[in-house]
Amino acid sequence: MLTRRIIPCLDTRDGRVVKGVRFVGLRDAGDPVELASRYAADGADEIVVLDVSATVQERAHALDTVRAIREVVDVPLTVGGGIRTESDARALLDAGADKVGINTAAFRSPQIITALATRFGSQCVTLSLDARVANGAWEVVVRAGSEPTGVDAVHWARESADRGAGEILLTSVDRDGTQSGYDLPLLAAVSGAVRVPVVASGGARTVADLIAAFAAGADAVLAASIFHDGLTTVQATKRSLANADVQVRL
Amino acid sequence: MSTDVLVVDTGSANLASVGAALRRAGATPVISSDADAMRRARRLVLPGVGAFGAVMTRLRGSGISDMLVERLDAGKSLLAVCLGMQLLAETSEETPGVQGLGVVGVPVRRLQNAPRVPQLGWNEVVPDSGTVMASRGFAYFANSFAFTQAPQGWVASWSAYGSPFVAAIERGNQVASQFHPELSGAWGADLIQRWVDRC
Repeated sequence: MLTRRIIPCLDTRDGRVVKGVRFVGLRDAGDPVELASRYAADGADEIVVLDVSATVQERAHALDTVRAIREVVDVPLTVGGGIRTESDARALLDAGADKVGINTAAFRSPQIITALATRFGSQCVTLSLDARVANGAWEVVVRAGSEPTGVDAVHWARESADRGAGEILLTSVDRDGTQSGYDLPLLAAVSGAVRVPVVASGGARTVADLIAAFAAGADAVLAASIFHDGLTTVQATKRSLANADVQVRL
Repeated sequence: MSTDVLVVDTGSANLASVGAALRRAGATPVISSDADAMRRARRLVLPGVGAFGAVMTRLRGSGISDMLVERLDAGKSLLAVCLGMQLLAETSEETPGVQGLGVVGVPVRRLQNAPRVPQLGWNEVVPDSGTVMASRGFAYFANSFAFTQAPQGWVASWSAYGSPFVAAIERGNQVASQFHPELSGAWGADLIQRWVDRC
């Protein structure tokens, strides 16, 4: 049977891994190639690289970082941040990405989702959806968490899947970097609304948080701070999950 | 002995990942869209990202489809990955009406009873007895379609997602996998290494 994925996430800026709290206050967390290589060897099921400054500063993505990671990493690599066109996506795939994550550009021009899915297949297109609690529901936030849109997150998840996104990487802006657990109601609402896989992101601290995310409907969990800060390792996390009867690849 | 491996440029595949995995296996990957060079190649990889109809049309227009059929019939080495495997079929439910290579006599079907589509992630591969290239282990899949029957003349490996489907088929130096060996960690690297060493 299909196992649940554990995905370390590397937020990168200027060729370094950074991590903040609720998308701000970024601090250095290491070298991306070294971290990706270590996580893959330790049992990571996939690596996500998000250039967190690309959209805000209108900076081209660090293709060199992707190339260097690709040479040493033999698990899937999803890369996002600053993708606006089909040729941006093509350049990342040529550099070594297996999937591309699109966020702000997809929100502004949803037809890019369909264009990418037609060209590369839905399995290659991850919609990165940042959401925060607003008026008893959740709204989409774009531009690296800086711009609230007033658009309902569940509605946007459904629309993006209908347009061809093959996966939704769902980040709770409220929980990002706080280690206070995933936003489980958000996760349940989105995974119940779409048929594509959903990756939970934002707020992981303990193995119990990951188990709760799977129970709420996540197909995969993404975590950054707990691995970068050495609170636990990927392998130890997967062993704990297996002991709790969650199907993982060991 | 030559370490060269020609990789078919299908126009949409994750060629960099395939290339990096081949380099890790000690091979020298060369990306090509020249059917004659492929005809002469000692080892050939048909990678797989994209849609059945679009890629098949492209391969037919460039003469690569004829080369692939000749190569398969002659028993020459081939590693076909994901969509590359599906192209061996006559038909696919992904693009009805478009002819595949027609080398294997079973159709590509939509995954039945799948909890979520596409299947994205690591699933267990269980080989039938007699496989040389495939072993038991976990492989990375990214697919919505697959073979659900084993074609004649090939040894199959199996997996299940909602329903059973064919994870890989092999026949001598020819391997076709629904999973991505280039993304399947040490287990996938071993498979690629066996294929490179034996071909």
